[in-house]
Amino acid sequence: MPYRAEKPKLAPSSDELRARVPGWGADLDPKDRPAVPRERFDPGASGAHWDFPDRQEEKWPRERSLEHEFLTPVFGTSTPPKGLSGVMRKYSYARYSEGRAAHWLILLAADRVDAIESHLRSFLSLHPDNPVTETGIRSELTHHGISSRIGKKRADLSHLWIDPIIVAGPWVIAGWVVLSALRARGDSRHLISR
Amino acid sequence: MRAMVYRGPYKVRVEEKDVPPIEHPNDAIIRVTLAAICGSDLHLYHGMMPDTRVGMTFGHEFIGVVEQVGSSVQNLTRGDRVMVPFNVYCGSCFYCARGLYSNCHNVNPNATAVGGIYGYSHTCGGYDGGQSEYVRVPFADVGPSVIPEWLDEEDALLCTDALATGYFGAQLGDIAEGDTVVVFGAGPVGLFAAKSSWLMGAGRVIVIDHLEYRLEMARAFAHAETYNFAEYDDIVVELKKSTGFLGADVAIDAVGAEADGNFIQHVTSAKFKLQGGSPVALNWAIDTVRKGGTISVMGAYGPVFSAVKFGDAVNKGLTLRMNQCPAKRQWPRLFEHIRAGYLKPSDIVTHRIPLEHIAEGYHIFSAKLDDCIKPLIVPSAR
Repeated sequence: MPYRAEKPKLAPSSDELRARVPGWGADLDPKDRPAVPRERFDPGASGAHWDFPDRQEEKWPRERSLEHEFLTPVFGTSTPPKGLSGVMRKYSYARYSEGRAAHWLILLAADRVDAIESHLRSFLSLHPDNPVTETGIRSELTHHGISSRIGKKRADLSHLWIDPIIVAGPWVIAGWVVLSALRARGDSRHLISR
Repeated sequence: MRAMVYRGPYKVRVEEKDVPPIEHPNDAIIRVTLAAICGSDLHLYHGMMPDTRVGMTFGHEFIGVVEQVGSSVQNLTRGDRVMVPFNVYCGSCFYCARGLYSNCHNVNPNATAVGGIYGYSHTCGGYDGGQSEYVRVPFADVGPSVIPEWLDEEDALLCTDALATGYFGAQLGDIAEGDTVVVFGAGPVGLFAAKSSWLMGAGRVIVIDHLEYRLEMARAFAHAETYNFAEYDDIVVELKKSTGFLGADVAIDAVGAEADGNFIQHVTSAKFKLQGGSPVALNWAIDTVRKGGTISVMGAYGPVFSAVKFGDAVNKGLTLRMNQCPAKRQWPRLFEHIRAGYLKPSDIVTHRIPLEHIAEGYHIFSAKLDDCIKPLIVPSAR
């Protein structure tokens, strides 16, 4: 069909569509579309009654992108950087711009370190991490875990086996490291006592 | 207060946290009455977005009641029922002055490439989100709006992101009367993009997914033709056949970073985080759309590189349009469509989950159990 000039007639007529689909064509005119044009200069439209916002108090040295001239006047205060992951995050912001892959890769690595640090820290608290309750895995039993998958043509079934490795892998590795450390300590004591 | 807390990839729990304080004269503290888990929250849950910190509370879709306001707030008072757009924005910077609220330059110190988003990692500003009993809302005179009396609470909630984003995605497609529109992804944003495409005058709307229950919803809710890509050796060829070998005029990517359909692409991005996102849906969009056509990207991707087929996009002369949706800008027209009965967003809600059971909620949504399409979080329920 595209080998000739006319566009193939693939759709029902507009009258048919108007009769079949509620609201068909209500925004046919681009003037009715709120995102058209994309940019509309109208500083008063937002409700802001300031030229530049008051500055929020900076209660700790807030990490920021090198591509910003200064700390933005308002910012989130969730989860300040801490531990080794915090050192990595602060280094990434201080050293690399958003344009450098190293910036993002260090942040991703810091996320993994943060998870390990937090799991270990939780075991020293009254609220240790619980991989059963925190993964919500019990819903496999209560919300049709088997029938949601068996007999279905789901593309995600081909890589389902990877998820338990990703979730449980760090716990298994951590257990192996702790066990190895304890064994090594036992061996060294044995050598000393001999 | 009780709040959802991230504990590392695939792990969340509910913890006791302090009620957030006023940190800026134009802040408000909102008591959350209803929240949602967004498909893009799953990218955080799976550990894909850089600088997602253990201890953060997610949630960028929420409504609630004003509990406290800062000294400079003029438009809201305690007790107001409000809907809050997922964008944190100042209303006065270069971008906000041009209506690009999702690109605000005054709220995200961590990155200049993205504005502020509630509960969406430090890459989006480090704000705690609304999957909790209380949340801090900056720029209370700019973002939140009082919920109209006639508007259902669940419909209001879905206007804060999913509906607004789907509607915005259809607009970016620049749809003309009679156009063929292919929507990749039958999740909430894809369903709303498909439904909105008719409002723009589409002649055909085709939705692609691999979950049959979602395709059923696409047929029933969005009046769309559907294809389950898992049933075809090559979905691009099927779509070419279906469009007289011309291709679609417009393609909308409503999948984003965890797109399935190619084992290597999915695993290297969603599982091993070697790409900013799996570009399967985006590449299918590039292949499917006709030369000179338009692609609208609504799926969320991380800031790291992805293996996108730019050569074909160039050679086909495509127009690629994308942005995070400036949600509040869509509301007046969306309210008209909801009042007229053209849109009933809460029709796609499948699960209402107490905050205390949010770990199960995330797993059900992530693993696509129980025909889940849109799960809501109810902080007051037990």
